[in-house]
Amino acid sequence: MRLLRLLLLAPLAAALSACDLVVLKPAGDVAQQQGDLLMVSTLLMLLIIVPVMSLTVFFAWKYRASNKEAEYQPDWDHSTHLEVVIWAAPLLIIICLGALTWAGTHLLDPYRPIDRIKPGQAVAENVEPLQVNVVALDWKWLFIYPQYGVATVNELAAPVDRPIRFHITSSSVMNSFYIPALAGQIYAMPGMETKLHAVINRPGDYEGFSANYSGDGFSHMRFVFHGVDQAGFDGWIAGVRRGGQALDRERYLELEKPSEKVPALYFANVEGGLWDAILNMCVEPGKMCMGEMMQIDRKGGLTMASVRNTMPLVYDKYAGRGKNAAVFGSDDSYVMTICTPLQAEAAAAERIRRAELDSVSAPVSLAPLMGQGLSLQGQPMAALSRSQQSTGAVSTDVRSAPNA
Amino acid sequence: MNADTLIPLIFGRLTLEALPHEPIVLATMVVVVLGGAALVGALTYFKLWGYLWKEWFTTVDHKKIGIMYMILGLIMFVRGFADAIMMRLQQAMAFGGSEGYLNAHHYDQIFTAHGVIMIFFVAMPLVTGIMNYVVPLQIGARDVSFPFLNNFSFWMTTAGAVIVMASLFVGEFARTGWLAYPPLSGIGYSPGVGVDYYIWALQIAGVGTTLSGINLIATIVKMRAPGMGMMKMPVFTWTSLCTNVLIVASFPVLTAVLALLTLDRYVGTNFFTNDFGGNPMMYVNLIWIWGHPEVYILILPLFGVFSEIASTFSGKKLFGYTSMVYATVVITILSYLVWLHHFFTMGSGASVNSFFGITTMIISIPTGAKIFNWLFTMYRGRIRFELPMMWLVAFMLTFVIGGMTGVLLAVPPADFVLHNSLFLIAHFHNVIIGGVLFGLFAAINFWWPKAFGFKLDKFWGMVSFCCWVPGFWLAFAPLYVLGLMGVTRRMRVFDDPSLQIWFVIAAIGAGVIALGIAAMFIQFAVSIINRDKLRDTTGDPWGGRTLEWATSSPPPAYNFASTPVVHDADAWWDMKKKKYQRPLSGYKAIHMPSNTGAGVIISGLCLVMGLALVWYIWWLAALSFLGVLAVSIAHTFNYKRDYYIPADEVRATEEARTRLLAGTEG
Repeated sequence: MRLLRLLLLAPLAAALSACDLVVLKPAGDVAQQQGDLLMVSTLLMLLIIVPVMSLTVFFAWKYRASNKEAEYQPDWDHSTHLEVVIWAAPLLIIICLGALTWAGTHLLDPYRPIDRIKPGQAVAENVEPLQVNVVALDWKWLFIYPQYGVATVNELAAPVDRPIRFHITSSSVMNSFYIPALAGQIYAMPGMETKLHAVINRPGDYEGFSANYSGDGFSHMRFVFHGVDQAGFDGWIAGVRRGGQALDRERYLELEKPSEKVPALYFANVEGGLWDAILNMCVEPGKMCMGEMMQIDRKGGLTMASVRNTMPLVYDKYAGRGKNAAVFGSDDSYVMTICTPLQAEAAAAERIRRAELDSVSAPVSLAPLMGQGLSLQGQPMAALSRSQQSTGAVSTDVRSAPNA
Repeated sequence: MNADTLIPLIFGRLTLEALPHEPIVLATMVVVVLGGAALVGALTYFKLWGYLWKEWFTTVDHKKIGIMYMILGLIMFVRGFADAIMMRLQQAMAFGGSEGYLNAHHYDQIFTAHGVIMIFFVAMPLVTGIMNYVVPLQIGARDVSFPFLNNFSFWMTTAGAVIVMASLFVGEFARTGWLAYPPLSGIGYSPGVGVDYYIWALQIAGVGTTLSGINLIATIVKMRAPGMGMMKMPVFTWTSLCTNVLIVASFPVLTAVLALLTLDRYVGTNFFTNDFGGNPMMYVNLIWIWGHPEVYILILPLFGVFSEIASTFSGKKLFGYTSMVYATVVITILSYLVWLHHFFTMGSGASVNSFFGITTMIISIPTGAKIFNWLFTMYRGRIRFELPMMWLVAFMLTFVIGGMTGVLLAVPPADFVLHNSLFLIAHFHNVIIGGVLFGLFAAINFWWPKAFGFKLDKFWGMVSFCCWVPGFWLAFAPLYVLGLMGVTRRMRVFDDPSLQIWFVIAAIGAGVIALGIAAMFIQFAVSIINRDKLRDTTGDPWGGRTLEWATSSPPPAYNFASTPVVHDADAWWDMKKKKYQRPLSGYKAIHMPSNTGAGVIISGLCLVMGLALVWYIWWLAALSFLGVLAVSIAHTFNYKRDYYIPADEVRATEEARTRLLAGTEG
């Protein structure tokens, strides 16, 4: 049977050499280091796995009942020497592996800016990493290039050998942002920001996708990642600018609705503050941003009155997936931004009208504040300054969340 | 009141729409309904209902309950495996623009159901069944500490299984993956009944699991035969003790986290929602604080099984009993310190990730020690290659590979590239099939003669073995490769045609496994037909070492006519060596617990309540809940809960055994 298994394995080995093991042979330096660590760890463990497997087969064969030649010691059940070896040998390997893990995990922490482009080539000091803000939508990917003011859907490009800094979030449910050729994955979660640093070393078209199941359209949540040279990248950006429409809040809310197999889309310009609003879950006009809410809570909150400071959702983002109210819960609602309903509506209208909006998380008015049903007091809110409020993105960083 | 308001009041959100539309499900339903009707008809025709009710459903005998757990696990195994085959087929077909034969709605339910069923309703009942059957016998006890609770636990588990099965035909099951991460599993993104089916099935079955854990702990701690100190307990009893400690410590976490999710879904709280301060990451943490110990709940008892088998079939004392016990205890404790390795990619800092990565690796040290202990038990033994021993060797060769890939995944940077990939799928099937399932097959072959008085047919057992082991590698080795090619889990369709060959190989592997499963059922059938030829009258067919082999096969209701006295960890081996003579006189009446229908009735009411809550039929939920309370209280007034087996009956039973034993010798 063992021979049979070997025979079965032979064509597999042939097929294996022909296929593309992207995890072990990626095109980006970060993924390459991760793949190398995988190989080193495997080899380290084979040091003990191979002897164990061989001994299993050997003992099973040698001490078979029909072999009367072999020694038989029915009461032998202890040997201090052996006990020391069987505990110490795995321990030694785990010590080595643990050291590798500690160093590797810190070096390859996705939050840590990379310090080398490839083996032996450090990142030059004056290089500004390419920033890409990634939003996982139902079921497609939105990429915003803040340095270029453009955005794309389901298509991503980066110049080779330039560090890339991804800021990642999601609009509805958890996804995982993964381009195997480039670097390991990290979760994309709504209302939270995760980060990933990477670099692509070889030009080419690579596959990216969500690696965390997110509903019906999950299988088609794929995109192309182009690794191109600088000229190619400039050309690509120019192409995005030429072909594109504008991405404002309205368009985003449209885009956010569930859809599958969406072809690549180009947006020549992006409404200012859109990323912050997405991250703070306040793209809908009049909705209070997470950062703002956290600031208020940090100041002690608005007490019981604040529970009435909610408004029914105007647009039901779950529409594609059905009704979303708990049977004994209240209707769909969101926390209103701090102002009267009239002001909120006016603010919303104004926001849509104005293309440029630099601080979406700040309340529109800092004069004595009130929400729907709140009495005029203004005490806790007056202390909130505009500068404190503009840092919404930081406070939603997944690592500053209480349980991260 | 008109019909429009009355009908929802009576039926909640249950409508005719809930019946299946998809042809595959419809056909399955027709087959199951016809098969069920035939079964009910046959039972009625042969007037078996009274027998089943009196002798089985209401039994408090740990042996019969153990067997019922095994039957439940095997039935659900067929369902879970059918899901697996469907997934393998879909993934082998859906290439180059083909959508395969399953739409997303159906496929997503299948992979969720496969995971939930295989863990909660196959592995758990099978493991619990083995513990239930063997532990009291191994420690020389008459039954478990709380016999009624044992019956109730079994029926609660069954009620959970029935709820999962109901979701196949009425409504839908969850489409969230087997751990139902929010926000996807929240009411906003999963408004249907699927997640509610999931929640109530697990909550109701979870009550059973927790209570059975408490029961077995009490049994092992309090009911051991005289002389059996903790360090003289058989290793299987030790691993069962640790498993049940894990159950009692971890299942309440699952219950709590599902209760919070339930509140989110039913009354609009915001524990795990995106808005209003909810935090889905909390759910992920909590569910894995249960989920990781769960892995060890499944594997530890099988480590015990393999220890018993290694020493029995090597004809030798277990090597390093003490270090085996300490390894088990260390694994028990460490299993609580590793949960974060299931989500290194959720954005924790490097130090946190390293900590959990390294604690995970440390678990491999006691696990490695166990492997070495089995290895040195074989060393200088006389190994008889009966089926359980074959499974042990297959397990050792398979499990170490699974263990190695597990340690790989514990290296956070490696996990970043392999997380959620098919490599991960291959890894955990490698340890769960190679460890838990192979262990269960070994255990079934090992203890079957004890439970039924005849051995299992060796030929068909070998056929099953020879299909399972290569079939497993054929089905899962391609997944390791696909994982290294960057293919992620839970995909329904694929673009890259170069992947297809691997999925086809995996599907063939699943087919070979199907043959292995068929061979196992044939093995059972052939053995039952040929039972007279395979009969074992000694009660000790393998040259056993622990107390369960000291009594007859199958054991009498009271297990042991006189309580054995223990002097050694291998108590029965020790007794045989000292030429122990069964006492042939001086039988006394034996005090036993009586059967009761309360467990079936309360669990039945819980089942109704669960289904009513799934479908928002509030009056029925309230009514069945009151019913649960009423029956529970009424049960406490039932004073007919014990009886005595008269000394004459004990004598008759024991004398019959004496004659049997004499017949064997003569």
